[in-house]
Amino acid sequence: MKPNSTRRRLLGALAAAPLLGPAAGLAQPTRPATRTIASSGEAIPLVGLGTWITFNVGNDRAARDASAEVMRAFFAAGGRLIDSSPMYGSAQEVIGYGLASLGRPADVFSADKVWISDGDRGRTQMDTSRRLWGVPRFDLMQVHNLLSWEVHLPTLFAMKAAGQLRYVGITTSHGRRHGDMERIMASQPIDFVQLTYNLVDREVEQRLLPLALERGIAVLVNRPFQQGALLDRLARRPLPAWAAEIDCTSWAQFALKFVISHPAVTCAIPATTRVDHVRENLAAAGRRMPDAAMRARMATFVAGRG
Amino acid sequence: MSEWWTYSLRDLLLFSSRTYTRLFELHNQEWWPLPLFALALGAVLFALAWRGGERAGRALLLVLAACWLWVAWAWHAQRYAPINWAAEYFAWAWGVQAVLLGLVAWQGRFDAAPAAALRRGFGLFLVGAAWVIYPLLAPLLGRGWTPAELFGMAPDPTALATLGVLLTIKQRQAGGLFPIPAAVPPDQREATLWAMDAPEFWIAPLASLPCGPAFVLAYLPGCGDKPGTQCPPRVA
Ligand SMILES: NC(=O)c1ccc[n+]([C@@H]2O[C@H](COP(=O)([O-])OP(=O)(O)OC[C@H]3O[C@@H](n4cnc5c(N)ncnc54)[C@H](OP(=O)(O)O)[C@@H]3O)[C@@H](O)[C@H]2O)c1
Repeated sequence: MKPNSTRRRLLGALAAAPLLGPAAGLAQPTRPATRTIASSGEAIPLVGLGTWITFNVGNDRAARDASAEVMRAFFAAGGRLIDSSPMYGSAQEVIGYGLASLGRPADVFSADKVWISDGDRGRTQMDTSRRLWGVPRFDLMQVHNLLSWEVHLPTLFAMKAAGQLRYVGITTSHGRRHGDMERIMASQPIDFVQLTYNLVDREVEQRLLPLALERGIAVLVNRPFQQGALLDRLARRPLPAWAAEIDCTSWAQFALKFVISHPAVTCAIPATTRVDHVRENLAAAGRRMPDAAMRARMATFVAGRG
Repeated sequence: MSEWWTYSLRDLLLFSSRTYTRLFELHNQEWWPLPLFALALGAVLFALAWRGGERAGRALLLVLAACWLWVAWAWHAQRYAPINWAAEYFAWAWGVQAVLLGLVAWQGRFDAAPAAALRRGFGLFLVGAAWVIYPLLAPLLGRGWTPAELFGMAPDPTALATLGVLLTIKQRQAGGLFPIPAAVPPDQREATLWAMDAPEFWIAPLASLPCGPAFVLAYLPGCGDKPGTQCPPRVA
């Protein structure tokens, strides 16, 4: 990596960030803005949908229908990418139920993970996941928390070459194993990384996000609300009046706009059980976005210094 | 995962407390009127534990064996497994405990004399709490009666009642029956509620509290029991 050139690219991209909002693929005001996956040039909306905990509702028919309604609102608002994992209990099955009841929307961008130590059992696990979703193939397959990545990555690359999936990625969260992540990003031809980034957990700004830009790796952001804890804390303070300058009507939009306005971020994947929240989250990907100065102001304000 | 120690309890959560509560609601609804039978069975359990003696002891362990087997299948394997992949292992542990209880009921040697007052009193309290207090928690927490956790239907009150019963009977092999039920209250679900800051998070440590005294009473020779009391030789 060449730190100086990377920093220049990052600063350049940050300066251009406000243009990325409305200009980047925003077909109409209500549709979410998109960003391109560098390895293919395909554009995806800046906000997706996570499913950890929220979609693990088991066989509860009423709760499954409620999850399907969240998905319906998500697609109706222009959302595409849904993220899950075999680790999330019944979440994959609940996604499959939702997709089936919505008539299998063609727009879905399916992102799942392989999460098993034994490399030989990776393919079987992915096949089970695929059947649970009810999709012909996954768009993105990620190695969950880098578990046995050395054995899974070659399998994923082979599957991609054979057309059995479209993109390969790795994930981490809560700031873990950033060193390993960096080494893999620098050495492996992956398309995506998934990591934790939000108004307070910002370690990835130092190395991983600049490296993703430099290497042309798309970035999915998990825990944009710190699993809700960030929003709980922010709710104690009123939203500042200047949030209107970037069209924020809630703390959730404030937090999301901060994340998705980073030029290295391709898509944030907040999880929710609520239709109103999913609409609010998708709406954050539209209209005006913060520029670098505004981003700094947002972070300072949340840190209690603004 | 090679870095388990970097995970906090919150990171390992799998479901919300609302989803967990719904499981009990669906369990009671779908097996109705079995919950009524379970309540009646709790009364029988309490009466037998109160009565004491060898025949009551065997009957108690048989009832418990059946309950553990039922909870292993109906709760862990069928109800809980879809939202928690670890439930499959819990089901096996509950099955093992059912077999152990059955074996001791069938083959074990019992002392006809009642257990010492402290041990017996504490045991009866646990059985009573599992039978009556546990089902009251859901309505007390404002969730209504439908998700009530009942002895014989739900894991925690069943394990708690088992600890109580084991204290009321004097049985030589009973020591081997303690570890699994004692491990139940602090299980992953309790930890989950704790990590989620669910309103009933305080039940986890509270439900685990009896395990300490129960262990002491069960394992320390002469503790809570008359020193030198002997089980009669086994009749072939
Ligand atoms: N290692 C990994 O690969 C990894 C690790 C962690 C997460 N992930 C992925 O990333 C996704 C997102 O992370 P996360 O689920 O941990 O947390 P998150 O998205 O930061 O927060 C989810 C919480 O935020 C609340 N929320 C969502 N939208 C809201 C809104 N508009 N207003 C108010 N509250 C709102 C939700 O509650 P309501 O239901 O009330 O809306 C939910 O409790 C996960 O679901 C998962 O797919 C991956």
